[in-house]
Amino acid sequence: MFKQKNYLALGAVLFVAVLLLSLPTRATARLKLAVGSWFLPLFGLADAAQQLPAGLADSVLPRRELLHEIDNLRKENLQLREQQIQTAAIARENDQLRNELGWQHLSPWKVKLANVVLRDPANWWRTIQIDLGSRDGVTTNQPVLSAEGELVGRVSAVNFASAQVAIIGDPNCRISALVENPTRDMGVITAAGPPDAPSIQLNYLPNSASLKPGQDVITSGLGGIFPRGIPIGKIMDVQSLGYGQITVANIKLNANLGALEQVWVLFK
Amino acid sequence: MNLFQPILILGFAFFVVFAEATLTGPRDWLGAQIDLLPALMVYAALNADIITLSLLAVLGGLWFDSLSANPLGITILPLFLAGFPIYLRRELILRTAPFAQLVLGAAASAAVPTMVLLLMLNLGWQPMVGWDTLWQVAVVTAGGAAATPLLFGLFDWCGGALGYKEEPEMGFRPDREIRHGRLLK
Repeated sequence: MFKQKNYLALGAVLFVAVLLLSLPTRATARLKLAVGSWFLPLFGLADAAQQLPAGLADSVLPRRELLHEIDNLRKENLQLREQQIQTAAIARENDQLRNELGWQHLSPWKVKLANVVLRDPANWWRTIQIDLGSRDGVTTNQPVLSAEGELVGRVSAVNFASAQVAIIGDPNCRISALVENPTRDMGVITAAGPPDAPSIQLNYLPNSASLKPGQDVITSGLGGIFPRGIPIGKIMDVQSLGYGQITVANIKLNANLGALEQVWVLFK
Repeated sequence: MNLFQPILILGFAFFVVFAEATLTGPRDWLGAQIDLLPALMVYAALNADIITLSLLAVLGGLWFDSLSANPLGITILPLFLAGFPIYLRRELILRTAPFAQLVLGAAASAAVPTMVLLLMLNLGWQPMVGWDTLWQVAVVTAGGAAATPLLFGLFDWCGGALGYKEEPEMGFRPDREIRHGRLLK
């Protein structure tokens, strides 16, 4: 009887595991959402715990320091206004030129700020969870940028109040990239390296690529997910593999993926 | 039935999974996140019943996979397979010896990620596997090994401080009572 009970338990666990793994993708996604929502109350607790030291620090800041900070913010605000006026003028000029050439107009992207609430607990994925979900209009494949505007990844799954973002280097986030050099060489960023590594590999480069360390790498706009021109990183070094048949470049990422706290989600 | 222990184990597993997804310290310092679920499975296998062990594998696996990009349910079987053989042979294990706990914690912590990766690769998923994975498994193993005796200590303390013990059977048995007196037949 004792043994029978043990093997009944083994059979039950095996049945549950096989059942879950054989469910259709949509059902699994819904179930994942349902199970993941158990943690929603803890998100609030974690937020409050993170904000408590910051609140305490704010309450003891000296007045002089606060005034100094306000002064700095005013100066920065003025600079940003100047930049905004210049950007608006450039955008108008761009529109005019596109009209004259008969090119299609570019639809401007809108952005929403999101907080990074979780990181993937497994060591073999590079994903984060943000606190924007389907209720905020987030859908899969939306590009995600760091607070400084550098590429972070794409939305890979959406829940009601949160979304999963596959960040650069995850097997589910392949990016068509362009090197800003005279030959405009293009390649693909694929999965490589340990999670949160500061560098990544740019593969499928042409053999004739003229790459040099320090050249900027941006999104190429191909693939339909990432708009063209989002900064990704800089070339660190170039390797020639397979008797010169394959060219691979190591890229130092601009965004610090290990220390992301807030990100921008791009909306069309 | 004393429900305190299963509730304590499952509640701890829930918070462990959440902590693994929010605390980035081990990942930043060591390059890998430490997983305490295998260590918890060792504790449950040595101290709890088979239902608690099965529930821990199922719920722990589900919680872990729901916060991860893993396919849902992939962690359940490896967790159970790490705890089940220990449960079957627990009468032969010196469960109170910290060294035994450490060795079992290390073995379970190494076995679970390895089995999860093998399962995923066999099912056609493409997790990031390379030479770095060896380092990650080594960190997870060392972390799990160090955490197992600590978990035993924590749970023993919690059991003593917060739980209640089932009332032991009385030594008095009416059928074995010795009666004295002349009228007794």
